[in-house]
Amino acid sequence: MTPLGKAPDVSDVPDVINRYVADFRAFAANGAGGAPSWLKEIREGAIARFAQLGFPTTKQEAWRFTSVAPIAETRFVRAPGSEVPVSESQVAPLLLRGAAGPRAVFVDGRHAPALSSRVGLPQAVEAGSLAAALQAGGGSELARAHLARHATWRESPFAALNTAFLLDGAFVHIPAGIALEQPLELLFISTGQSLGPTVTHPRSLVVVDRGAEAAVIEHYVSLARGVYWTNAVAEVVVDDEARVEYYRVQGESRDAYHVATTHSRQGRDSYLGLHVVTLGAALARHDVHTVLDGTGAELILNGLYLLGGTQHADHHTLIEHARPHCASHEFFNGVLDERAHGVFTGRIIVRPGAQRTDSKQTNNNLLLSTEARADSQPQLEIYADDVKCTHGSTVGPLDQTALYYLRSRGLSAETAQSLLTYGFAAEILGRMRRAEVRERLDQVVRDRLESGAAARAA
Amino acid sequence: MGERGRKHAMLEIKNLHASVEGREILRGVDLTVRAGEVHAIMGPNGSGKSTLAQVLGGHPAYTVAEGSVLFEGKDLLAMKPEDRAREGVFVAFQYPVAIRGITNAYFLRSAVNAIRKHRGEEELGPVEFMDRLEDKLRVIGWDSSYLSRPVNEGFSGGEKKRNEILQMAVLEPKLAILDETDSGLDIDALKTVAHTVDKLRRPDNATVLVTHYYRILTHIAPDFVHVLSDGRIVKSGGKDLALELEEKGYDWIREGAAVA
Ligand SMILES: Nc1ncnc2c1ncn2[C@@H]1O[C@H](COP(=O)(O)OP(=O)(O)O)[C@@H](O)[C@H]1O
Ligand SMILES: [Mg+2]
Repeated sequence: MTPLGKAPDVSDVPDVINRYVADFRAFAANGAGGAPSWLKEIREGAIARFAQLGFPTTKQEAWRFTSVAPIAETRFVRAPGSEVPVSESQVAPLLLRGAAGPRAVFVDGRHAPALSSRVGLPQAVEAGSLAAALQAGGGSELARAHLARHATWRESPFAALNTAFLLDGAFVHIPAGIALEQPLELLFISTGQSLGPTVTHPRSLVVVDRGAEAAVIEHYVSLARGVYWTNAVAEVVVDDEARVEYYRVQGESRDAYHVATTHSRQGRDSYLGLHVVTLGAALARHDVHTVLDGTGAELILNGLYLLGGTQHADHHTLIEHARPHCASHEFFNGVLDERAHGVFTGRIIVRPGAQRTDSKQTNNNLLLSTEARADSQPQLEIYADDVKCTHGSTVGPLDQTALYYLRSRGLSAETAQSLLTYGFAAEILGRMRRAEVRERLDQVVRDRLESGAAARAA
Repeated sequence: MGERGRKHAMLEIKNLHASVEGREILRGVDLTVRAGEVHAIMGPNGSGKSTLAQVLGGHPAYTVAEGSVLFEGKDLLAMKPEDRAREGVFVAFQYPVAIRGITNAYFLRSAVNAIRKHRGEEELGPVEFMDRLEDKLRVIGWDSSYLSRPVNEGFSGGEKKRNEILQMAVLEPKLAILDETDSGLDIDALKTVAHTVDKLRRPDNATVLVTHYYRILTHIAPDFVHVLSDGRIVKSGGKDLALELEEKGYDWIREGAAVA
């Protein structure tokens, strides 16, 4: 572990880094007021770490296929926060489940209580502002116990930057034994309404205690097109015997940048279904790091990326089997149209002693155009002997025989193609256990594929 | 052939030559099928039976170099695969394809509606369609659990064949070409398939059974049996020919063909 240090002297580091360090100084001096000293210390350590690491380059293995130069080269300013007025009627259509369920809404990274609702939530459940939970004095002990303990921000410049500028985001706590009836939606809205490019560093901490059950939707959207950058980190803690369906839906503006890290830690006999749906942003990078840290834990990591235009999305997943008798099943499907580029890395580490690990990984990529591209790389590191690990990946166009099979039953070539493409995506949707979320995402996927097909036909 | 002569041909194949990947597989096939008839096409492995079935279905991998195929007087070879299906041609695949993510029910309904639309009939909603499907399911001895599974995904060989028959039963084609639908079936499944085919026989439709086993022909008596060898029909006869093939194998015919 790197000791928490002071940020380096500004003269030692390149300009880009200097800008962020200088901005951090300004942030620490005023914008971050009210934080307890432990958090200030973490932030200091994180900016120091960011300054050491700098932005990654394609020379680094983990970033081979993804250049973040457009992010490094843009002068982003921190979004001013909830100064931009957003009305309830603007929010309703953005919510995945409409305005019916419980939700915590964030505008440019800041919690917006007037747009949020606790409808149907038990009293003991927390679902609101992380900033409030971090207040010096009245803050939450639980937040302190978990925040920045799971995210491996020392290894990632982006997670470090998020941690340095950590100010607000979602704090969710489901106490032991409680089962949430309705999915809880965390909606992050970027207004994109500033004069220049803005950045937000939303942070989420979701703690589901022993034996509790919940479905949570972490959802990113934008109000307007425009260049902005979301640099998000989420930490999800699933205690012993807890059961969580976690949906992460990224529907940013097609001009935006989205970088995110999702960390989860699971206890004994817990279940986590982590569903990732990536639709938006010009450039997206999502690191998922899950740790199966209790015997008998089960993980389903289930992802879908639908990309078109010149979109680029890179999913970098790491599943760590730290205890015996755990099962992880990972499925990522990508549909790539026009000149889109999808990247998938599936790393699986089976730690010494994690016997009876059952791990399965597949990544299938469908290329709908000759200019679309997909790169897929599995990385298995197995340090135990009694394990079952399989992986497989495919990249290619629609299966000609399957197309013919459908046509031979009377379907037109266009219908056959869209049916096969939809089926490819639906396979991922089918693993989502909450029907009310699955059905909404099904519609989102259909709309997206239809507009893609319309663009192709035009 | 008196009665046969009076009915006009449903399918008329003349001197059909077809190749795949530059290799000629069909080398001059002639075959006429009339409404109400059952034809069996037999022949050794690799003789071109599936090629013939797929050329009739419109598989894009096969190219026709010579010859003609008329279906109800129309040029079948000029039609897209979907138009052949809509006109009433059905090919049960020897190796049915799995379609991930699409349920059998959805697929069947899409197919039925594509064909209904072509005929100018109203499309069926999910509930209406399910009602009609129930009878057909019963005939092939299936419960509705097969409908909510993705098409052929994880199906056993026998289940895939039954699924082809279910599709045929639902689409009600004029001409059904069943490519080895009988192989890989246990005796009960074979009976079910044969029974279904038999039940769907009508004076105005026709069936071509591609098989290399005599077995199924004991359940569905063919009016004509043809032997395909090396891309040509080298012998035709009544159902007794099938029995003869069962007893003697194909070699005597091949030798005979070589001499002829
Ligand atoms: N798609 C294909 N690509 C290459 N060769 C093929 C293909 N389909 C059939 N063939 C070849 O054509 C010949 C006839 O095959 P087929 O029609 O399947 O015979 P049958 O059904 O009578 O066993 C075989 O030699 C086979 O290898
Ligand atoms: Mg064959």
